[in-house]
Amino acid sequence: MEAVQESGLNDFVIKLATVNGTGSASANSLLMRAIFRMGIPVMGRNYFPSNIQGLPTWFEIRVNHRGHLARTGRVDLMAAMNAETYREDLAEVSPGGTLIYDSTWPRDATLAREDVEILGVPLARMCNEAFTGVRPRILMKNVAYVGALAALLDVDIEVLRGLLEETFAAKPKLVGPNLEAIDLGFQYASQHFDCPLSTRIQRLDERREHILIDGNTAAALGCVYAGATFAAWYPITPSTSLMDGFRTFCEHFRKDPATGKNRFCVLQAEDELGAIGMTVGAGWSGARAFTSTSGPGISLMNEFLGFAYFAEIPVVLFDVQRAGPSTGLPTRTQQSDLLACAYASHGDTRHVLLLPANPEECFQFAVAAFDLAERLQTPVIVMSDLDIGMNDWMCRNLQWDDDYRPDRGKVLSADELEELPNFQRYLDVDGDGICYRTYPGDHPKGGYFTRGSGHNTAARYTEKADEYQEGMDRLTRKFDTAKSLVPAPVQLSAAQATTWGVISFGSSDGAIREAIELLAEQGIHADYMRVRSFPFGAEVQKFLDDHERIFVVEQNRDAQLRSLLSLELDVAKERLISVLHYNGLPIDSPFVYRAVYEQVKQSAAA
Amino acid sequence: MTFIAKPQINYAGQARNALDLTTRDYEGTISTLCAGCGHDSVSAALIQAFFELDISPHKVAKFSGIGCSSKTPAYFLSAAHGINAVHGRMPAVATGSNAVNRSLYCIGVSGDGDSLSIGLGQFAHALRRNLKMLYIIENNGVYGLTKGQFSASADVGTKAKKGEVNEQQPIDPVVAALGLGGTFIARGFSGDKEQLVPLIKAGLNHDGFAILDVLSPCVTFNDHEDSTKSYAHTRQNFHRAIRMDFVPPAEPIRAQSEEGKTVSVVLHDGSRILLRQASHDYDPTDRSRAFSYIQEHQERGEIVTGLLYIDEDRGDMHTLAHTIEEDLVDVPFEDLCPGSDALAELQNRFR
Repeated sequence: MEAVQESGLNDFVIKLATVNGTGSASANSLLMRAIFRMGIPVMGRNYFPSNIQGLPTWFEIRVNHRGHLARTGRVDLMAAMNAETYREDLAEVSPGGTLIYDSTWPRDATLAREDVEILGVPLARMCNEAFTGVRPRILMKNVAYVGALAALLDVDIEVLRGLLEETFAAKPKLVGPNLEAIDLGFQYASQHFDCPLSTRIQRLDERREHILIDGNTAAALGCVYAGATFAAWYPITPSTSLMDGFRTFCEHFRKDPATGKNRFCVLQAEDELGAIGMTVGAGWSGARAFTSTSGPGISLMNEFLGFAYFAEIPVVLFDVQRAGPSTGLPTRTQQSDLLACAYASHGDTRHVLLLPANPEECFQFAVAAFDLAERLQTPVIVMSDLDIGMNDWMCRNLQWDDDYRPDRGKVLSADELEELPNFQRYLDVDGDGICYRTYPGDHPKGGYFTRGSGHNTAARYTEKADEYQEGMDRLTRKFDTAKSLVPAPVQLSAAQATTWGVISFGSSDGAIREAIELLAEQGIHADYMRVRSFPFGAEVQKFLDDHERIFVVEQNRDAQLRSLLSLELDVAKERLISVLHYNGLPIDSPFVYRAVYEQVKQSAAA
Repeated sequence: MTFIAKPQINYAGQARNALDLTTRDYEGTISTLCAGCGHDSVSAALIQAFFELDISPHKVAKFSGIGCSSKTPAYFLSAAHGINAVHGRMPAVATGSNAVNRSLYCIGVSGDGDSLSIGLGQFAHALRRNLKMLYIIENNGVYGLTKGQFSASADVGTKAKKGEVNEQQPIDPVVAALGLGGTFIARGFSGDKEQLVPLIKAGLNHDGFAILDVLSPCVTFNDHEDSTKSYAHTRQNFHRAIRMDFVPPAEPIRAQSEEGKTVSVVLHDGSRILLRQASHDYDPTDRSRAFSYIQEHQERGEIVTGLLYIDEDRGDMHTLAHTIEEDLVDVPFEDLCPGSDALAELQNRFR
């Protein structure tokens, strides 16, 4: 049975099909932000090609007054602005939906659908008449379709005007032509169609405490607030905007007022091996340092991750995951680096992972990652993905506590070293597996030789069996300590007692929450847990113990979370039912709904 | 072999430097390299140079990769932090460290395998960033730790201990560095401490990436008759293009020009290097001349040594990155975190 999902007032999906590199992204963003400003929960998803100009690209805006912003697979209003994809765009519109297209040129008459209302707006013709120059005409055509959509959806023109004035505050001359283009589309639609549609906006004004932000920007901001001074990277989609954001924020916040010089250093390395190596060097020297990358970069960084694990050097990594393996789909999302990150590098290694589900958590976990990396003296990988990292999500306002001070972990100061008879870098004095470290240059007694080869408590080279094994066992102890320090899972209890559980991580969250709500309406109840970190704490084991059957929902082919749960915790594999979405698009709520519904009904029948 | 502690032997009359330290304070643990290894002579030269420069041992950060050469930072300056990184990736680690802790002297010790094969890319890019560090390549033409395979610096026609002949072109780090735009390019010989010590001193004070290629014979795998990296071959064929003295900032110039003219180059910290031309037509500030000079001599089978090229005015990585003069690690958190009001203000742009 399908979930009941009907479009209507403040509840619909718009999809805009355009050509990459024509400036449609800013027009699409304008429409989304106008809806957001009118107080309705909204999210935009960009399905873009690995290309700079010329290939088809889509932007999908979900509007939902209840705050469900996952993908639905539904399209209520299609702006089909790309002739090349017109056929498939029309086919994608949900029954009863509407499509607008540029009627300057005739469309293929054989392409028609009884159940879709098709509205033509002569956008190119109107813009060619109103504007001069090739580029302005192309750009204004995008703005004009926003105007037409505004009329169809009842978007407040004054809100659009306000946004344009803010956007072009530095170039006020551009406001006029943009408003003119909006008006062209708006007037045409108002005069020719029955505006507004039933799928339309009505002001709610309930979202004042929210922002629209992408995860990469939020993570970059978290790095600034955590006090990171060093970052090294190699350009890779979809993580590039994280480092761009960090640099931009630093240019704004981190100039020495006296000299104008940088209180930060961002280096573009020659490759990801260089990027992680630099980060390790800076972390070893006592700076808060990070690198951002995606799957292919993680593969390259493996050797250094093992080094930092074994030599116990704090570093923070952001893995903005994309569809793999290999180059995979560089501009599509996936959660398929989980195992590669959890056990990155040869030998016995395990790494601390933080698993944010949205930009707000990207901000919070960026800060937590630096604290954990320094507390635990080990790499911490924040695993976001393209959907979180590059799309604008509606989030609660980011909060900052001015009493926050970084947790630098166990570090001996020069004074403490002076008092100490002798310093042993890898001596666990209090049983938590974490040893005291020193910063280079602080005190002659603090010097030691850091190495990825076997070492004893005094950091001396060793091949002695017992000394090596002692060190490896201490690292296990340290990893156990991490369990109580990492962010706890988030739980959502069903309205009534149930033996069914759902477990997931990261960006799958939204689709699951919506599906669970829809399932409950059908009398199917399940408790939900979203794990937010690795290693798993006691709550995760308890959740597995408390439920007979547990759906493990994730966005990869090989059920990596399920594997990790089976490897690290005590659970019979057959109790874990995989729900896997891995086509590169963000997981949608009907998909989760169907998977759970069918399994539960089947079990009931059996 | 595990670590052997080195006894501290102090005796009356030991020379003391301006910090009241003896050379013992600049030593490390006992070397586990083969007896007679050239690398140990380089470590000894480093100890002498740091001692004579009155550098506090813990104000140095030591970096290395993997290989025999990369073990040596354990054998000097025990009080300094050192890091024995992964193979060929030491330049990246040094880059990150220097980026945040620029007040420390930064020294890297690498080998021909570590720098010219697996780490050629990192070597080139550290040079390109003009990272302020002394980068020593202890060059012996072979992989010692894995028992004698040719490295990328092995000359054509050179014979391995087991008889195999190398037919691939060698990569000469000095020629590579000249081509890549290096700003301090020198070559020395582990058997010539008199030349090596001033080269180390100058390299440590250069305002950028100082590459010092040191021919450092492998006594176990590459010191035989058919090797061009043996002690005998190097002694016989090495040719000092230039003689050099290093003069710390406060000291007056004493050295006298013996032959040819003396050129003085002032380093960033005010110290000077005095270049006395052994060969009257050599100019170490002329990159293209350095190229042709080295190549002319190479064709004659001669190994040109000395400070072969210097450009003190390029500006190091920090100059290019516009970082503050202080160490980034010393900036207080209050100056790094913009605070809640700024965050609230900033978020207006996300509405």
